[in-house]
Amino acid sequence: MGRLQSGGRINRDQKINFSFDGKPCVGYQGDTIASALLANGISTVGRSWKYHRPRGIVGDGAEEPNALFQIEDGAHTIPNVRGTQAEIYEGMVVKSTNAWPSLKFDLLSVNGLFARFLPAGFYYKTFMWPQKFWMAYEHMIRKASGLGESPRLPDQDHYEKTNAHCDVLVVGSGPAGLMAALTAGRAGARVILADEQAEFGGRLLSDRSQINGKPAAEWVSAVVAELSAMPDVTLVKRGTVFGYHDGNFATIAERLTDHLALADRTGPRERNWRVRAKQVVLATGAHERPIVFGNNDLPGVMLASAVSSYLNRYGVKPGQKAVVFANNENAYQTVLDLDDAGVTVAAVIDPRVRPRGPLVSEAGARNINIVPNTVVVEAKGWGKLSSVIAKSRDEGGKRVVHVFHKINCDLLAVSGGWNPAIHLLAQSGGKVSWDDNKHCFVPNVIVQPQVSVGAANGSFTLQQCLAEGMQGGLECAQAAGVKAEAIAIPETAEEDYLIEEMWRSPVGKKPWRGPKQFVDPQNDVGVSDIFLAAREGYHSIEHVKRYTALGFGTDQGKIGNIVGMAILAEALGKDIPSTGTTTFRPNYTPVSFGGIAGPEIKGTLFDPVRKTAMHTWHEENGALFENVGQWHRPWFYPKDGEDMHAAVNRECLATRNSVGIMDASTLGKIEVVGPDASEFLNRVYTNAWKKLGIDCARYGFMLGEDGMVMDDGVTVRLDEHRYFMHTTTGGAASVLSWLESWLQTEWPELEVYLTSVTDHWATAAVVGPNSHNVVSKVVQGIDFDKEAFPFMTSRRGSVELSDGSEVAVRVNRISFSGELAYEVNVSANYGRAVWEALMAAGEEYDITPYGTESMHVLRAEKGFVIVGQDTDGSVTPEDLGMQWIMSKTKDYLGRRSLARADSQREDRKQLVGLLTKDPQRVLPEGGQIVATPSGEIPIPMLGHVTSSYFSACLGHSIAMALVKGGRQRQGETVYVAMPNGEMIPAEIGSTVFYDPEGEKQNV
Amino acid sequence: MLLINCPWCGERDETEFAYGGEAHIVRPLDPDALNDEQWADYLFNRSNPRGLHRERWMHAAGCRRWFNVERDTVTYKIKSVYKVGELPPGDAEVTSGEGEV
Repeated sequence: MGRLQSGGRINRDQKINFSFDGKPCVGYQGDTIASALLANGISTVGRSWKYHRPRGIVGDGAEEPNALFQIEDGAHTIPNVRGTQAEIYEGMVVKSTNAWPSLKFDLLSVNGLFARFLPAGFYYKTFMWPQKFWMAYEHMIRKASGLGESPRLPDQDHYEKTNAHCDVLVVGSGPAGLMAALTAGRAGARVILADEQAEFGGRLLSDRSQINGKPAAEWVSAVVAELSAMPDVTLVKRGTVFGYHDGNFATIAERLTDHLALADRTGPRERNWRVRAKQVVLATGAHERPIVFGNNDLPGVMLASAVSSYLNRYGVKPGQKAVVFANNENAYQTVLDLDDAGVTVAAVIDPRVRPRGPLVSEAGARNINIVPNTVVVEAKGWGKLSSVIAKSRDEGGKRVVHVFHKINCDLLAVSGGWNPAIHLLAQSGGKVSWDDNKHCFVPNVIVQPQVSVGAANGSFTLQQCLAEGMQGGLECAQAAGVKAEAIAIPETAEEDYLIEEMWRSPVGKKPWRGPKQFVDPQNDVGVSDIFLAAREGYHSIEHVKRYTALGFGTDQGKIGNIVGMAILAEALGKDIPSTGTTTFRPNYTPVSFGGIAGPEIKGTLFDPVRKTAMHTWHEENGALFENVGQWHRPWFYPKDGEDMHAAVNRECLATRNSVGIMDASTLGKIEVVGPDASEFLNRVYTNAWKKLGIDCARYGFMLGEDGMVMDDGVTVRLDEHRYFMHTTTGGAASVLSWLESWLQTEWPELEVYLTSVTDHWATAAVVGPNSHNVVSKVVQGIDFDKEAFPFMTSRRGSVELSDGSEVAVRVNRISFSGELAYEVNVSANYGRAVWEALMAAGEEYDITPYGTESMHVLRAEKGFVIVGQDTDGSVTPEDLGMQWIMSKTKDYLGRRSLARADSQREDRKQLVGLLTKDPQRVLPEGGQIVATPSGEIPIPMLGHVTSSYFSACLGHSIAMALVKGGRQRQGETVYVAMPNGEMIPAEIGSTVFYDPEGEKQNV
Repeated sequence: MLLINCPWCGERDETEFAYGGEAHIVRPLDPDALNDEQWADYLFNRSNPRGLHRERWMHAAGCRRWFNVERDTVTYKIKSVYKVGELPPGDAEVTSGEGEV
């Protein structure tokens, strides 16, 4: 192991210092963590999650199952980073994961000795009983398994999103992707080319192919230079296309700063691209797959293509003495790469009886020891590979015979062939079919405007990749409406993809005997686990996946899935196509939460906050706030030392005895305008509106078509064809949508216009016996005589502000407290000024600001309901005892439903008042109501408490409740069941606790 | 994510729209003429076809106009978009959800 003297795409002039588990290491610019660790002689990089076996680097890209690291500490920490893709930077702190207490001394590797007792499904079998031990089990399992650690500190980085549109999105920049982008780009198409790597070129960066008689890298540079110069081509490197959704909508995670030293990072960490493409070229390449044999997880066992990558791209020797085990022609390139790099190739173990092809011939010509009709059955070594055991097969190739080869080596390059990366194709709704010659799934049916080219399409030779890329780029550009022409396909050497099917070595033993043969190393799933699942009756690949954990984890089975399906097919005696694949879902590789959340993740941008025009006054005067939807509303205004109870008692008494003031600006307000406005209100409210006089107000109920109360509020008629509707604070948006939908879809003949004016008006409710004195002092131009300005009417006036200017106001004499009250509405810009004028005028009456808590007490004392608190979507007006509000002479939304038998049941839950036997006791809202304090459990539930407060004004607690047949139960004692078993007795009575005749609001 | 062609604003992302369920459900002109079962049918029962579905969408973050869409519930492909009060373009005979699958 170590660095080659020359070669590779690393910059040898730029040394980079980093640390691995605290040990200083040196790499070069262009290294990944994996290549740099191999160059530093480090092969064991982690422990497996179940058996805690030592694991090494297997791959060189997104498929890597083992080399997952924790990067950095504190706020910058990132778990489960794939070392095969992450670039190193100066000062990078890399730690192994999944080893406890340390990588070298892993207490839990003893699990490996008990492997036979930890089979597939062992959670379900072992840890389900007894249930009370589960917590203890879980604690140990978490400690023993788990991958990296989540950050515990707030994310210091910021993230951005960008929306993009293009004619052609090309995913992947290998030979096929580059040709596609070049063809479409030259035609003038708007192209986005995205690749997950730091450089464009894909597989060409890792091999030594020639294009047009020169190293492929030169061709790549020329193409990238040409594309960069095209104004309508966007190149996105370090950008993983991780999702492919309906409507040719693809998402790209572009990593902008992860490759830079912490101190050098500026700007956003990630950019999340949301791309709408007219056409998509999937040039996603392929993943090499291993052949499974005993102890195939030993560090030193790598994929053949990864070995070539480390040699050619990074100038690193992954070992000194190598064995290559492969069933295909393609892997012989690795044989030649090893030989050229000066690594001894001790043997090429090839299961094929007669390996052939130009690369095989070249290897043969170099006198490399090719052993045909032979398989590797076991890897040997303590902690890392030291030898392999190979066995010859009989002439039919069905079983091994006892011709035994033990070959010493520290590197085993394995290739079982290639799987096209069909992940995005499958995400987009495409289907695949099994190719019996190439032994892999290839794209078959597509449902979106796209094309798969090159290795992603099962075309594994360079010549095919270039030709299909060109064709794909051409067709997509044309389909996007761009006039495009074919371009010349570069010259390359003749090749062929020759492969013979092999998934696991015929080791000569039952799968559950002998050393463990791993299919999915990240999840420690072996051949025996798949056979076990099949024996236990799991025949669907989706079930086997969940029973064994095959294909879970950060790599989502990119190495093991197809192999596992093939082995399941073998265990079930079926073929691979009828065994099928699991579902490929987004995301292709893990994506950071920050990237998905984008800039909205930070602070106040996450959810809008709405504040009234008087908000600053409330803050200055000590209000505590509560959130009502997006609104911040004053909750109560504690004076020195007061708790909520004391503050609310004071506020309520001051309001009932003199005058209080409340900010009512948050109520929803909708202007309903047009010649048919009265007819419209008639249809959406339960009561009649046509005879309402101008400047008069009426309280209305809005029902859903199911007859259930949806919203309530007071509406004022401003003019013949103009109404001012109030909705609940929380219901404003949904009520507007509801009204719009009826106007547009069912009653287009009505000429009515709706405008949301919630934010245009600020509203101060002045409440209490002295409200008349306060408001009449401040507002000019209105006759406040009680005959001239009666209850439920509205008047226009003006207020002179402290600077002498005048502002128009509208005063509604309406009440949500049962007291004499005036609501002063003014253009929101003057909200605070008018509020302060009212406060000044009220000083002599000790005017007291109150918040939502006192508002609730005051309205409950009067039995006024709050929709959404005393109702829950299953309550009719009749259930609330409000038959009076329902017109009998016209139709309205929901009316027919009230005639249904269910709406007429006598035992429906009805709103009642509750008075506790202990007048000081305040019932818990939501408390369950039963008829008897004892009896057989379960005691039938009669209903629940909806509103409950202490009324300072009455000197006792009050509550409202929905109780089955409640109105028939007047005077009955019921019990509210407490969690501790206590039963609180309370008597059912009227919902109106205060001023039942309603004299106060009419003074 | 669907790309929906609002008849008033043009093509926009699905996230700008609100879904409104099956289209062409007409509110009975005389609800009292219906028995409880018929009223419940209007109120609650909706077709749930595998294939072509006519449905209502509203451009909530745009013009706030309701319109109708013919969409395949299997492939999610949108066949047509048409305004409230109109019939699907070139089609009067499709009456149920039986469409291409």
